[in-house]
Amino acid sequence: QIDYTGTEPSSPCNKCLNVSWDSTPPCTCTINFTLEHSFESNVFMYYGLSNFYQNHRRYVKSRDDSQLNGDNSSLLNPSKECEPYRTNEDKPIAPCGAIANSMFNDTLELYRIDNDTRTPITLIKKGIAWWTDKNVKFRNPTGDGNNLTSLFQGTTKPVNWPKPVYMLDSEPDNNGFINEDFIVWMRTAALPTFRKLYRLIERKNNLQPTLQAGRYSLDIAYNYPVHSFDGRKRMILSTISWMGGKNPFLGIAYITVGSICFFLGVVLLIIHHKYGNRNTSADIPN
Amino acid sequence: RFVGRINVYHDRNEPTARPLGSENLLLRGATLKNTEKIFGVAIYTGMETKMALNYQAKSQKRSAVEKSMNVFLIVYLCILISKALINTVLKYVWQSEPFRDEPWYNQKTEPERKRNLFLQAFTDFLAFMVLFNYIIPVSMYVTVEMQKFLGSYFLTWDEEMFDEDTGEGPLVNTSDLNEELGQIEYVFTDKTGTLTENNMEFVECCIEGHVYVPHVICNGQILHNCTGIDMIDSSPGGSGKEREELFFRALCLCHTVQVKDDDSVDGLKKNQLSRRSCIYISSSPDEVALVEGIQRLGYTYLRLKDNFMEILNRENNLEKFELLEVLSFDSVRRRMSVIVKSSTGDIFLFCKGADSSIFPRVKEGKIDQIRSRVERNAVEGLRTLCVAYKKLTAEEYSNAQKLLQNAKLALQDREKKLAEVYEKIERDFILLGATAVEDRLQEKAADTIEALQKAGIKVWVLTGDKMETAAATCYACKLFRRNTQILELTTKKIEEQSLHDVLFDLSKTVLRHNGSLTRDTFSGLSTDMQDYGLIIDGAALSLIMKPRQDGSSANYRELFLEICRNCSAVLCCRMAPLQKAQIVKLIKLSKEHPITLAIGDGANDVSMILEAHVGIGIIGKEGRQAARNSDYAIPKFKHLKKMLLVHGHFYYVRISELVQYFFYKNVCFIFPQFLYQFFCGFSQQTLYDTAYLTLYNISFTSLPILLYGLMEQHVSADTLKREPSLYRDVAKNALLRWRAFIYWTFLGVFDAVVFFFGAYFLFENTIVTSNGQMFGNWTFGTLVFTVLVFTVTLKLALDTHYWTWINHFMIWGSLAFYIIFSLLWGGIIWPFLNYQRMYYVFMQMLSSGPAWLGIILLITVSLLPDVLKKVLCRQLWPTATERIQNASRHCQEHISEFTPLACLKSPRYRSSDCSSSPARRSNSHSKKMMFTHWRGVDYSVLPSVFGYSNKHCHSSAGYRYSGSGLETSV
Repeated sequence: QIDYTGTEPSSPCNKCLNVSWDSTPPCTCTINFTLEHSFESNVFMYYGLSNFYQNHRRYVKSRDDSQLNGDNSSLLNPSKECEPYRTNEDKPIAPCGAIANSMFNDTLELYRIDNDTRTPITLIKKGIAWWTDKNVKFRNPTGDGNNLTSLFQGTTKPVNWPKPVYMLDSEPDNNGFINEDFIVWMRTAALPTFRKLYRLIERKNNLQPTLQAGRYSLDIAYNYPVHSFDGRKRMILSTISWMGGKNPFLGIAYITVGSICFFLGVVLLIIHHKYGNRNTSADIPN
Repeated sequence: RFVGRINVYHDRNEPTARPLGSENLLLRGATLKNTEKIFGVAIYTGMETKMALNYQAKSQKRSAVEKSMNVFLIVYLCILISKALINTVLKYVWQSEPFRDEPWYNQKTEPERKRNLFLQAFTDFLAFMVLFNYIIPVSMYVTVEMQKFLGSYFLTWDEEMFDEDTGEGPLVNTSDLNEELGQIEYVFTDKTGTLTENNMEFVECCIEGHVYVPHVICNGQILHNCTGIDMIDSSPGGSGKEREELFFRALCLCHTVQVKDDDSVDGLKKNQLSRRSCIYISSSPDEVALVEGIQRLGYTYLRLKDNFMEILNRENNLEKFELLEVLSFDSVRRRMSVIVKSSTGDIFLFCKGADSSIFPRVKEGKIDQIRSRVERNAVEGLRTLCVAYKKLTAEEYSNAQKLLQNAKLALQDREKKLAEVYEKIERDFILLGATAVEDRLQEKAADTIEALQKAGIKVWVLTGDKMETAAATCYACKLFRRNTQILELTTKKIEEQSLHDVLFDLSKTVLRHNGSLTRDTFSGLSTDMQDYGLIIDGAALSLIMKPRQDGSSANYRELFLEICRNCSAVLCCRMAPLQKAQIVKLIKLSKEHPITLAIGDGANDVSMILEAHVGIGIIGKEGRQAARNSDYAIPKFKHLKKMLLVHGHFYYVRISELVQYFFYKNVCFIFPQFLYQFFCGFSQQTLYDTAYLTLYNISFTSLPILLYGLMEQHVSADTLKREPSLYRDVAKNALLRWRAFIYWTFLGVFDAVVFFFGAYFLFENTIVTSNGQMFGNWTFGTLVFTVLVFTVTLKLALDTHYWTWINHFMIWGSLAFYIIFSLLWGGIIWPFLNYQRMYYVFMQMLSSGPAWLGIILLITVSLLPDVLKKVLCRQLWPTATERIQNASRHCQEHISEFTPLACLKSPRYRSSDCSSSPARRSNSHSKKMMFTHWRGVDYSVLPSVFGYSNKHCHSSAGYRYSGSGLETSV
């Protein structure tokens, strides 16, 4: 877990702290870190934001699900809920709304530093969104041809985006509304501190761990401003079992509750032996 | 008093004036008979008519439960408002920094920005109100009404309360007061027709000191041929014989009974029972009883024909008497007389009346013997009448007749004159004897009263009868026991001392023992305790109630109430109907505001029935006014026992649990929302999806509690009936006191905190899926909601003692419904919705292992304190109810040891109880058994998608601990 907000002056990303949306070229910074243990199985790469109220009511409702589902009429006439991110210069915004507008747009790249050589690590960007979201809930608008540019004709990009929605990715099955980064972002988090899945790192073969212990560097194209609201940005690497990630809460809670139950069981047994006879004898006169 | 004049105009003649008075009044129902037309003036119309004046507006009766429900509601309203206020204030405090109010990623629209700050704050406040409004259980009112309405059918369906004699079951006229039946502290009962059957029977007569008992029943058959007299004393001499016959004739003649030929008797019977082929009708049941009794003694009254009364004497000879005058009965003289002329020409005056009015007028006869007999009979609860006669010479008769005629024709002070004449005529009697008529107690009246007293209910008898008779009835029905010390507050006593002294004396006697009384208030049945019975009569009561000039009446009332409160039984005799209501009102408005119940059968009880909190009418002989004006009507007094002890108790337990549960479940529901506001920037974001918000109270959690409200029997009905003292456990609104209410509310808050923070820690900074994908806020809400629905339903399952298949169906059914609904709701893109936020949320959640574990853990934790509280309270401070529950479980166990089929037959015990081993002895065990039992259910709900129990060592180890901890103790 690496915090790359850059609030501290010593941080390499400090220079990018007051970055704005339209800074081109993007401010880049590199953070080096060391993994103490190697990651044996598949590694999941997350970005985390804190103090970011994705669950604010005004924010949560600021989307148009039918537009995202590929409905053509909604595409050109988005829902009122999207205000004030509904239209820009009299053109409808696609995708409309505050959620889409504020999509996370830092680019993270991971390198392994091995004897001063940087080997990039392949980051897979598919399979990070719910399958149902990608295939059912989110759909590009339909029309003649598969050219997304023409399909999104008549719409404009969200105010904060550098590129329109049909240029999110080069692959056609990961572009437009069905871009997985976009879908992940559109699932609003429950709490102001949250993380979202960014990339997957798959294990290549059974002989080598996915990520060996050692030195790594994280290259960041720092676009996303969080300093204005005291936010933090983090990058998290995690492995996952069938039970999900490391979750100390459940374990501790189960142990606690289990011991409480055991303790109570003993106490109640004692109480029962002590008072039980009294009760049964008191029954009889009744 | 109406005085008027009517001017009748004939064609242009002078008008003739006629006086109008009350004697000209035509009452409702009068028929025109011997004239063709009359002139009429309408006087007293509309609200002035007698009917309208007697009409008493039936005030709305509301039950105590409803009142406390409303108080709770106000508390919740305050909670709601304060929650909204807190959140609004916090919102603006939090928003004071602009980057929080409007971060770059989440900007406001132009109109929003321009809005006035106060208007905005007010809008926010309203928005919070809307968000939290579910805490006010609106659906509770619907459910309570349904519960009451449907619940009242259980009363009418009760077969035990169906009376086969009359073919009528109980009637429920209002469903609002069901639970009030479980709260009764005072029962005011009428005597005649309520405690007694109002079915008079001639028991004995006493002639000249010789007692005759009609020997009517031989092997259950009425023997008509036998003379039917059992001589107890030595047979009377010749003159005695004469007197005896005179006595019987007197009884045969001195009445106003009318004879109606009975057509319903078939021919064969008519021949055999020719003597009994007619029915006597009279306004007074005593007279009928007397005439019928005399008939059994050989003298049959046949009919009144052309002013001749025909009687059949013992030798089957017809005797004719000419009826000359009837000096009719009135309640002041308390006697009636007839003057008859026998066929031989002798003129007799026969008089029949209360002993107190006859004895002073007697000049010869064996007064002392008869008086002692009469008093003995009165003490036994028999209604006594004395019979006397007087022989009149023709001259005397004509004098009397003249006097009577004059008095009857008098226009002024007619009644007074008549009374004077009666006074003159009815004197110098020769006492013949006395009769005794028994008004039998209703079956099981004593049993019922005893049970009610054991249940801590104070029984008051209000009657119009005289003191001795009423007291005797009270002894007979065990209202007064042998060791009861009777305190008298009667006119006689007040005449001796002043009212003031009497009252103070009485209160001193009562309060002297007050120390001991308070010490064992709960052992009202203990024999060593001195309990008091108070007898008060109407005159004394009116003295107490009468407002004084010096304003000391309040003192008397207080004092009187103080005395009454310390008496286990009170008998009020010689009461006017209005006084009955007055007494009820007095108790009702006394300091503790006890719940009162009035029961009666006649029209004279109506005012009291309307006055009391719960009015019960007996569908009896004296018409239906009482039944019609009552809240409930029952065929017999004995049904009161089941009605109060069983039905009332059940209704109360059910409704109180229902009310508390509703508040609890809504606290559980809304409190997480409140907590969530702290994590979403106080933006009124809902935690749950709209569909869940709407359906929570309507369909997910409503049916099990409604069913509980209808079916719950925490103790079996038989036990409740057998142990009247259980009634004390719910007395004085015990289950809806503030303590219970606060307990439930805190339980709700605790559960809500567990749900919310459990989910919070589960979601915070961890990945809960196996493919690394993240959950959003809707999944969070759904997880909380799932835990909520399960906890709330299982909590009810924990509280349910009476399991039928319907209960099982409802509880597990509504859980299944929730799951199915969620699957469906999230399974489809609903085309008519403009948002699809729930799409696949529920399924995704179920596919995550930690979510499962979290749900189970949270349900367990939130139910734990309640289980703990129950077990501890049961073990350490068991109430009587719980002890009985234990005992009945004991019995059940013993039965099931011997006959395993027993538990199959009785569905009222939990299946787990029945199937369990006999080694399990007590409730603590069974509770824990249940605990593990439904945890087992949770287990089984888990599909074995993942073999989860052996991989995650932390949780499974913990789980095994908890499991073993329970199992060892079982």
